[in-house]
Amino acid sequence: MTERVIAVVSAGLRDPSSTRLLADRLGEATVQALAARGIAATTRLVDLRTVAADMTTALLTSVQSPALAEAQRTVTHADGLVAVSPIYSGSYNGLFKTFFDLVEEDALEDMPVLLGATAGTARHSLAIEHALRPLFAYLGAVTTPTGVFAATDDFGHSSAVRADDDVAPLADRVARGGAELARLVATSERRPPADPLALTESFEDLLRGE
Amino acid sequence: MQFGVFTVSDITRDPTTGRIPTEHERIRAVVEIARTAEEVGLDVFALGEHHNPPFFSSSPTTTLAYIAAQTERIILSTATTLITTNDPVKIAEDYAMLQHLADGRVDLMLGRGNTGPVYPWFGQDIRNGIALAIENYALLHRLWREDVVDWEGRFRTPLQSFTSTPRPLDGVPPFVWHGSIRSPQIAEQAAYYGDGFFHNNIFWNIEHTAAMVRLYRQRFEHYGHGSADQAIVGLGGQAFIRPNSQDAVREFRPYFDVAPVYGHGPSLEEFTELTPLTVGSPQQVIDRYAAMREHVGDYQRQLFLIDHAGLPQKTVLEQLEILGTEVVPVLRREMAAGRPAHVPDAPTHASLVAAAGGPRDATVYADADGVTGRAPQVEATA
Repeated sequence: MTERVIAVVSAGLRDPSSTRLLADRLGEATVQALAARGIAATTRLVDLRTVAADMTTALLTSVQSPALAEAQRTVTHADGLVAVSPIYSGSYNGLFKTFFDLVEEDALEDMPVLLGATAGTARHSLAIEHALRPLFAYLGAVTTPTGVFAATDDFGHSSAVRADDDVAPLADRVARGGAELARLVATSERRPPADPLALTESFEDLLRGE
Repeated sequence: MQFGVFTVSDITRDPTTGRIPTEHERIRAVVEIARTAEEVGLDVFALGEHHNPPFFSSSPTTTLAYIAAQTERIILSTATTLITTNDPVKIAEDYAMLQHLADGRVDLMLGRGNTGPVYPWFGQDIRNGIALAIENYALLHRLWREDVVDWEGRFRTPLQSFTSTPRPLDGVPPFVWHGSIRSPQIAEQAAYYGDGFFHNNIFWNIEHTAAMVRLYRQRFEHYGHGSADQAIVGLGGQAFIRPNSQDAVREFRPYFDVAPVYGHGPSLEEFTELTPLTVGSPQQVIDRYAAMREHVGDYQRQLFLIDHAGLPQKTVLEQLEILGTEVVPVLRREMAAGRPAHVPDAPTHASLVAAAGGPRDATVYADADGVTGRAPQVEATA
C-alpha cells in the first residue's frame, strides 16, 4: 500500500494562528496513530488564508486559480481529512464554509474526517457538533465520534492535569481524535472522486432517457 | 478558419459616464455591430438568447433575419440557442426560416442556459437540463432530416405525421455547434452527431477548456466522423485592444472593475492571467490567441466578446475596426501556418450542400385539396 495522505485544512485567519496550531497537531496525531498500525502516512496542509482571495474570485466568476484548484484536489484526493475552523458567531467562519462550498459535488463522499475548532473560551465548544458536523453530514463524509475543541487557555494547560471542568488535557484529546481518524482511514474503502469530465453513461442510454 | 464576434445583448450602464442605453438604442447598436463586423472582414456574427433583463435578445431569429437583409457575406449564428427551454419544433421552424431568408448564411450554437428561473418560466425544470438538451436535440435533428415525423418523448407533446416547415434550404439543415463549459455529456452529444463543439472559454483557464475539447475530439473519432484532429472546434474569447497596451488597460479597467460578470472580484491583471481575456496591443492579442491551438489543436472558429459591460458603441466599433484590420488578418496567417491539409474548415452552407451531392429542393407539398382535387405541385411543375 502506498503512503496515505492526510489533508489538513486550517481556516485560521492569522499567521501564526491557534487554529493552524491545532490543525497541525491533529494531523501529526493521525500520522502517529497510523504509524502505530503499521501504515505510513504524511500530512498535506491546506492553509485557507493563502487562497482566500482566489476563493472570492471563484465565487464571483467561477474561475479557479491554479492554487485553489490544487488545494481542492489535495483535499478531495486525500485518504483522510483534518478540518479545523475558528468559531465565529457561533459557527465555522466564512473562509471555512466557502472552501467546502466550492468543492465539487459528491467529492467528499465517504471521506474520513476529524473535526476541530478553536475559540476564545470553552463556551463555544459545541459548535463542532451543531455546525461543523452537519456540514460534513451534508457532504456525505464520515466524521470521527470525537471532535477536538481548543479554547485559548487549553494551550496553557499542563498535559498531565485535567482542567477544572474535568476535561482531559488537550494533548489527550488530540491523541484520541488522531486515533479515531486513523482507525477510519485504515478501514476506509473510499476511492478518489471520478474525473468530472469522465463519461459515466453511454450516449445511447442518455438518448433513451435512462 | 473563421473569426467573428458574439454578443450577449446586455444593456449595461457605462460606469465612466453613468449613461445607460435604452433597449431600442442597444438593439440598433447590435445591428450596427453585425454590419460593421462584415465590413471589417469578419466571418461570423453570433447573438445570445436571454429571457430576462438586462438582456434584450429574447428573439434571435427576428434580429438575425433583419441583419441578414442588411449584409451579404457574414455567417449569422447564435450564442447560444436554448435547447432546453425552447420547443425543438419551434427551433426547427424558426431557424429553417432564417436559413431561407439568409440564403444559407446561418448556423446555430445550442446551449442549456445558466439562468435558473428561465426553466420554470418556460415550464421546465433545471434539474432536467441535460436530459432536455439530449431529447430536444434528438427531435430537432430528425425534424430537419425527415419530412414526416412521428415522435414521442418525455418532455413535449407527441407528434404524429408532423412536417416542420419550411424544409431546410437546399435540403441541408443548418450546421449545429453544441456549447458547453463543463458537461462531458454535451461534448459527447456533439461527437455522437458529428456536430461542432464550442467552448465559451472566457471564464475558464485554458487547461480546463483543453480537457473538454480533448474529450470531444476523442469521442468524435470514436463515433467514426473522422480523426480527432478533424473534429469541429470553436472557442470564445475576449479582448480590449488599443495601439498602446497601457492605453487599453487604462481605458478598459473601469468597465472591468464593475462588469456584471466579474466586477468587484479579481483584478484585471489576475483575470487576464487566469482566462483568455486580453487587454493590450494588437500584437498581444495576436500572440495570446495564436497560442490557443497549442492547447486545443487546430480549430475552426474563434469568436470574441467585445461589446459588453457598458462599453460605448463608438468604442465597440473601434474595437471591431482594430480586430478586423490589425488582429484577424495576422491570426489568419498564423493559424494557417503549419495547419495540416486534412484539418477541415468549419462547415458552411455551401460546403454542406456540396457534401450532400448538390442542392435539392426539399419542399413538401400538401396533399390534393378537397375543392379542386389537385395537388399544388401539379401546377408548380405544369
